This record gives sequence, C-alpha cells and structure tokens, in this order.
Amino acid sequence: MSHNTEVLDQKTLWGGGRSPFNVSYGKLMIWFFLISDALTFSGLLCSYGFMRHKFSDTWPSANDVFVHFPFMGDAHVPLLYVGLMTFILILSSVTMVLAVEAGHRRNKKEVQIWLALTIVGGFFFLFSQVWEWAHFIHGTEAGAIKDIIVDGEWVTQVVHGANLHHNEYGNVLFGDFFFFITGFHGFHVFSGVVINIIILIKVMKGHMDKTGHYEMVEKTGLYWHFVDLVWVFVFTFFYLV
Amino acid sequence: MERDDIIEYSLDISHTDEEGKVIRKRLWKVFWILLAVTIFEVGMGFMFAGVAAYKDMLMYTFIFLTVVKAGYIVMIFMHLGDEMSYLKKIILIPYCFFIAYLLFIAISEANFIFDIGWVLG
Repeated sequence: MSHNTEVLDQKTLWGGGRSPFNVSYGKLMIWFFLISDALTFSGLLCSYGFMRHKFSDTWPSANDVFVHFPFMGDAHVPLLYVGLMTFILILSSVTMVLAVEAGHRRNKKEVQIWLALTIVGGFFFLFSQVWEWAHFIHGTEAGAIKDIIVDGEWVTQVVHGANLHHNEYGNVLFGDFFFFITGFHGFHVFSGVVINIIILIKVMKGHMDKTGHYEMVEKTGLYWHFVDLVWVFVFTFFYLV
Repeated sequence: MERDDIIEYSLDISHTDEEGKVIRKRLWKVFWILLAVTIFEVGMGFMFAGVAAYKDMLMYTFIFLTVVKAGYIVMIFMHLGDEMSYLKKIILIPYCFFIAYLLFIAISEANFIFDIGWVLG
C-alpha cells in the first residue's frame, strides 16, 4: 500500500535514512515475528507428518473421528463441522481486512464495526473448538478395546474418547498432536481476540486519530490473517488428507 | 521526543473513498474464492473419503488447494502482494526453501523407518 514506491531512487535505497523495504519499523518487525511463528507451526506439522507416516498402519482417519454436528444427534456427518469452523475463520478474516481498509480511509466508525465483528467471529471459532475437543475427549459410547498403561502396568480394557494417554480411534500420537497443534493454534486465536479487543478500545478512545494513522489495526490484522493461514494448513493436514 | 530523521511511512498508507470501493470489491472476491475452495474441499472429502483408488489424487488436490488458499491470504489479505518485491522475496524465499527441505527429510525418513519396521522406545 506504500504510495511512494515510484519515487524511490534505487541507488540510495540502502544508503541509510530510509527503510529499504519502504515499510515502517513496526510492520517489518511483525512480519519477522510471523515468519518465526510460521516456522514453529511448520515444525509441529512436519513432526506430525513424520509420525503419521511412521505409524501409517494405526493412524486414524479424521473422517471416522470428527463426525458430529450440533443439533444433529448421532448423525454421521464428517468434515461438515470443521468446514463450518473454517468458514467462520475466513469470514472473520474478511471483516478484519475490511477494518484495515476502513483504517486507510481514516473512517473510525467503520473500523469499529468491522473490528467488533472480527472479535465476534474469533469467539465463535473458539467455542466451536471447545465443542470439537469435548466430543473428541468423550468419544463414542461403545468405545474400543486398547492396551493402555495403568499404574505402570499394561492392561487391556475398553477406552472411550481420547486424551494424552489413550485414544479410542487409533494411535495415541494422533490425539497428542491434535491437542497440541489445535490447542496451540486456539491459543493464537485467543491472543488474537485479546489483541483485537485492546485495539478496538484504543480506536474507540481516539488514539488513532491522535497519531494520524490506523497502522496498529493493520499490524493486528497481519497477526489475525496469520492465524487464519495456520488454520488453512491445520484443516488440510488434520481433517482432509 | 520528536525525531525528524525518521520518515513516517505509516502516514503514507491511505486511500480515498473511490479507491476504497475498488479494494473492497477485490477483498470480497477473494472471500468468495476462499469460500468456494473450502466448500469444494469439504464436498470432495465427503464424497470420496475412504475410497482407496482416489486417496493419492485427493491428497495432492487438497495440498494444492491449500497452497492456493494460503497464497490468496498472504498476497491479498496480508497485502504482501502490494509491498516492495525485496520484502516479498526476503520473506517468502528462505521460508519456502527451508520448509520444502524439512518436509522432504521428515517424510522420507518416516517412510523409511516405517518400511524397516523399527519400533520406537
């Protein structure tokens, strides 16, 4: 969005006195932060891929695990609920980018509306995830017979649902990775919502009018879109593939 | 403390109402694309899940569509497409290179130890 790209003299670009990338310090730094955060998630997803290929004979298929939808009882509807969660997150991403766009026009009222809608979307996503986790932890009524460790001894018994120690649906590691990666992502969504609330309060109090720009909205927007970006990958590798 | 040697880039970032209309139109277009891709993915998964013959085809389709979605989010929503090409390159090239390398190592190693039947622990 930098409007003075055209007038840059390429020769003096790196000579000091000007950012070589033509962006403000804060925006450059949030990009660097996002890269390091993206590497963390990539590392987690790569190790997930490693274990999945290593234990591909006992790895459960998400289509057999996440099959519920609210108010539909025991109906078998794989993927639908997580599709809805993805829709909510994409929608909140759009409202965020519209808040950034309104900020570029210095339109305080529109920024407030879109930011508030983004926060609502974030909460919707978080509660959807709670619902998903609860179903995964409770499991099915029938359960499955598994070898698990109780008080340091291997015993064979019926287990329901999944936690860090046993998993009704298949390999224990599936549950471990699911809880860790979606939990870590959910924590990012949570902190994104908190940051959005802080920025919304700042906008309402008129801080952005004082500084003359809405770059803070843009920076928190970058973080929020990054969270959406991570979910796109989590969605593919946990639920689709 | 006021400093006059720092160029305030933040103040440059602005556009008029007319420009905003065009930008908003583009943003909503991207939203519909992302939504369509997601619905397509869910539909494919719904129909072909568990069909062994389609497994690989589905996997590569999903991964390709994921990269497409990621591209739209990074380039349009995060405005990376509008930044200088230097910035684009310094963010994307090292990252993509590193991840491609890591993925190759992790997956091929995992397949190898699965094949030889080595048990962890």
